[in-house]
Amino acid sequence: MPDEIRTVRFEETVLPHLAAAYNLARWLVHNEHDAEDLVQEAYLRAFKFFSGYHGGDSRAWLLTIVRNTCYTWLQQNRALRLIDPIDDKLEEVGSDFADPETLLLQDADSQLVRQALEELPVEFREIVVMREMEGLAYKEIANIVDIPIGTVMSRLARGRKRLQALLVDRLGKEVQIEL
Amino acid sequence: MSCKETRELIHGYADAELDLVKSLEIEDHLKSCHDCTQTYEGIRSLRSVVSRGALRFEPPATLEKRLRTALRKESKPNRGTWLLRWRWLVAGASLAGAAVVIWAVVAIIARPSAEDLQAREIVASHVRSLMADHLTDVPSSDQHTVKPWFDGKLDFSPPVKDLRPQGFVLTGGRLDYIGNRPVAALVYQRRQHSINLFVWPSAEATAMSEKASVRQGYNLIRWFNSGMTYWAVSDLNLAELQQFVQLLQE
Repeated sequence: MPDEIRTVRFEETVLPHLAAAYNLARWLVHNEHDAEDLVQEAYLRAFKFFSGYHGGDSRAWLLTIVRNTCYTWLQQNRALRLIDPIDDKLEEVGSDFADPETLLLQDADSQLVRQALEELPVEFREIVVMREMEGLAYKEIANIVDIPIGTVMSRLARGRKRLQALLVDRLGKEVQIEL
Repeated sequence: MSCKETRELIHGYADAELDLVKSLEIEDHLKSCHDCTQTYEGIRSLRSVVSRGALRFEPPATLEKRLRTALRKESKPNRGTWLLRWRWLVAGASLAGAAVVIWAVVAIIARPSAEDLQAREIVASHVRSLMADHLTDVPSSDQHTVKPWFDGKLDFSPPVKDLRPQGFVLTGGRLDYIGNRPVAALVYQRRQHSINLFVWPSAEATAMSEKASVRQGYNLIRWFNSGMTYWAVSDLNLAELQQFVQLLQE
């Protein structure tokens, strides 16, 4: 049956990216049950649009749909701050990375890093997740988020800087408590 | 490159997203700038902390099954309309099948040999490298600079030989793309003539004798040596190009 073939082809193309899809959704919505529901919704949407997919990077294609699904949900269910678009200029990126304290980061346990990353604004968080956990190239991220490649780099720079500041801050506190 | 420019591009550098020229400029700057090096180390340290596997959320084992079930359910309602179109589909498919057979037969008869296609690609790439003024990505006459540059950009290490004493000056290297794979292109200069030497790992186990040909006025020599395929291409006369090839084989 052609239907059967279409379903099988879809599964072969898109199901292998389930881990990436779930990870992104989970980082976007902070909650495992919502993430599961949204991944399912995204997969059904992808299935509907599958005839419009003509080869190419199926992971990026799927992640675009996952991201859109999650953003729609965030807008409906959370006060997602998107009215006030973030300023993508690089100004904020200064020399703060030059801290010798960064060496301490190696001590940060995963729990701490996870909490800090959860606190990043979603525009930065999603790009850090796609770059560092999924290993996506700037160009792929630019396509998924629909922003210029330069903006990917500047958001990544600012996201990392904030993350580092958060971690250094936490680590400082932790060390003080231990003392 | 200044500190300011370096700071603007340092993340692209850490992510290996910059072009070669910018990467080399930053590398140079980092050698002499302590502050920027600290920044770079900071980024690396942060990256290693964040990309540690533990931060990734793994989907529950049940999710895939749940998706498969949902997809099957979703695809069912269409079945009725599919049956209606079935007859037309059969007719269309047989027409398409016939067309494919004819096309395949024609394609097989008219197909140029693999060697021929490769020669065509080599010449096109040579011409392009001269036209776009993009002869080299790493401009250097030092084989010890050119060779390491390929590390990490290719999955093999091309042999790089300097033949300056013999009158073939190594002017640099670049990445190129031949036969659906990235290859090393080494650039030599003989008087006014540029020579492109393409190198990539070879599937041919045996050392076949070299083969010279002419295409669009360019001389080409192809040979295999210790597991590598080589193509030299230039507007240089054949005798001198052969001399060049012999020097490389020594």
